[in-house]
Amino acid sequence: MKKLSARRRHPLAAIVVLILALAVTGGLYAAFAPAKKAEADDSASIAVEAGKKLFLSGCSTCHGLDAQGTSDGPSLVGVGAAAVDFQVSTGRMPLQQPGAQAPGKPTVYTAAQTQQLAAYVASLGAGPEIPTANMYVPDGDIVNGAELFRTNCSQCHNFSGEGGALTEGKFAPPLTDVDPKHIYEAMLTGPQNMPSFPDSTMPEQQKKDIVTYVHETTKKEPNPGGLGLGRLGPVSEGLFTWIIALGLLIGSAIWVAARTPKARTK
Amino acid sequence: MSSQDNPEVPQEHLPEAHSSARLPAHGDPFADPGLPAHEPRVTDIDEKAANRAERQVAFLFVISMLATIGFIAAYVGIDKYRIIDIFFFGKIGAQNLALGGTLGLALFCIGAGAVHWARTLMTDEEVVQERHDLASDAEAREYAIREFAQGAADSAIGRRPLIRRTMIGAMALVPLSGVVLLRDLGPLPGNKLRHTMWKPGKELINEATGTPIKPDDIVKGSLTMALPEGLVKEYGPAGEKLELEHGWLEEAGKAAILLVRLEPKDIKSQKEKDWGHEGIVAYSKICTHVGCPIGLYEQQTHHLLCPCHQSTFDLADDGKVVFGPAARSLPQLKIHVNEAGNLAATQDFTEPVGPSFWERG
Repeated sequence: MKKLSARRRHPLAAIVVLILALAVTGGLYAAFAPAKKAEADDSASIAVEAGKKLFLSGCSTCHGLDAQGTSDGPSLVGVGAAAVDFQVSTGRMPLQQPGAQAPGKPTVYTAAQTQQLAAYVASLGAGPEIPTANMYVPDGDIVNGAELFRTNCSQCHNFSGEGGALTEGKFAPPLTDVDPKHIYEAMLTGPQNMPSFPDSTMPEQQKKDIVTYVHETTKKEPNPGGLGLGRLGPVSEGLFTWIIALGLLIGSAIWVAARTPKARTK
Repeated sequence: MSSQDNPEVPQEHLPEAHSSARLPAHGDPFADPGLPAHEPRVTDIDEKAANRAERQVAFLFVISMLATIGFIAAYVGIDKYRIIDIFFFGKIGAQNLALGGTLGLALFCIGAGAVHWARTLMTDEEVVQERHDLASDAEAREYAIREFAQGAADSAIGRRPLIRRTMIGAMALVPLSGVVLLRDLGPLPGNKLRHTMWKPGKELINEATGTPIKPDDIVKGSLTMALPEGLVKEYGPAGEKLELEHGWLEEAGKAAILLVRLEPKDIKSQKEKDWGHEGIVAYSKICTHVGCPIGLYEQQTHHLLCPCHQSTFDLADDGKVVFGPAARSLPQLKIHVNEAGNLAATQDFTEPVGPSFWERG
């Protein structure tokens, strides 16, 4: 007691008390606040409300005040939460400037805000929902996935997922650094000019196989000879050989045949 | 620049300048000027420079030796399954890289050393080597003709025409074996190029699932690859893939189609509308240019691109070519919904699918 009372007069005592009080208040809030939210039945509608606010300030300029679309942006009724999650969490939306295609870029909204936007858009009309983790974990059938990928995806994205060009500045982006979830969502919703592969024609298991193949090919497969050159095959390899390797050979030949420097004898 | 101008250089060490080069005849503008005067190199006149060049050559050869030892060490010492990540090159097999790098270095240093040696230390005097006549001398020619005539007389080929003629006949016939084998390029395709497996009533089968397709499955903006029933890999009762008949690839190469759903009001041609079902249209998946599988579908423009040569077809307008080297529209397959509610072909393609061919007209 003596020691405790002695410390009461310590110059730091007030600060310690203040910190303790803040910690207790914050801890109590953290303990009770989520419980309160969970208790409320309308947590979903809160997310929709928050999402609507975000939508009105950030998206309505192009997509319209009621998301019915304008001349600058398509209607979002019925596109579903998966489309919003894909477009916003890969940074494609909000669009920086109009152009041939919205490129992926650093995200603008946080994960929580993205969920709120998705909830709002999903409330406008039925559409594909955000896939759960077990739907896109890359542990499917690689062989079947490879076959499906070659039939359905490789024409645009290249058979090893390196991407390719389309018309008038549009392009199929490389899949080398894409989250499996976003690959799944892209197949489900068909962003921009990519066709969709809905569950009715491409069931969940098949999509999972494709995600598995892409993951294995782009993330794990090494280039045994080094420098994959976009894994485009003989064309890029031939170009490399003709320009770089032949250039080196010509340089060596010039060095071999070059006139030896003569002594300055004058 | 003649050697006589340099008093420090001992005359006996210098190769003779080519003073013997023919001087141009007076007034002849095209006279052979001969070889230029020989000039010494630094290493010819400076012993220190020559020794330095010697050390450089030896240094290159020593590097080559070390690289060869490195090659053996890499072969023994590096796990062949080890993958390393190198900036710019990406993921590489470590042993592969080490073997290639050391062997390349060893060979390059031998070559570079030899070239450096030749350029600095070996003599660089120009030497003229006159060519001799291509023809043999008269004596050798006479001998060869005599031998040939003697051989012909000994074989009696001039006196025995039967042998001569049959031999020529036998040798003329031998190449026929090769000509007959050319038959293996055939047989001629007949009307195979004009028909596919599609027949009235054949159901469209989804290539991804192996099941028939209902109109509701095809949503706007989606892309579905399909084949006629009997061609898609089907699954047995235990989920195992069933083997397909021999030649299925040939048939699939002609019958492959893709299905898209368009807004009926977007379709510009009445025939295309009639041949589809509520905006669902089926087109051949084989490009009419050189037959690549075509599938770069831009769902907003309804354009279909071929990945090989960028031929572009407008799926909302009878598959007309809007860009690229293809000369013919993409053939459309007429479809309907059968009693089971599945999409089925109404008839075969009415024109040959795929690239043009000689007799197509």
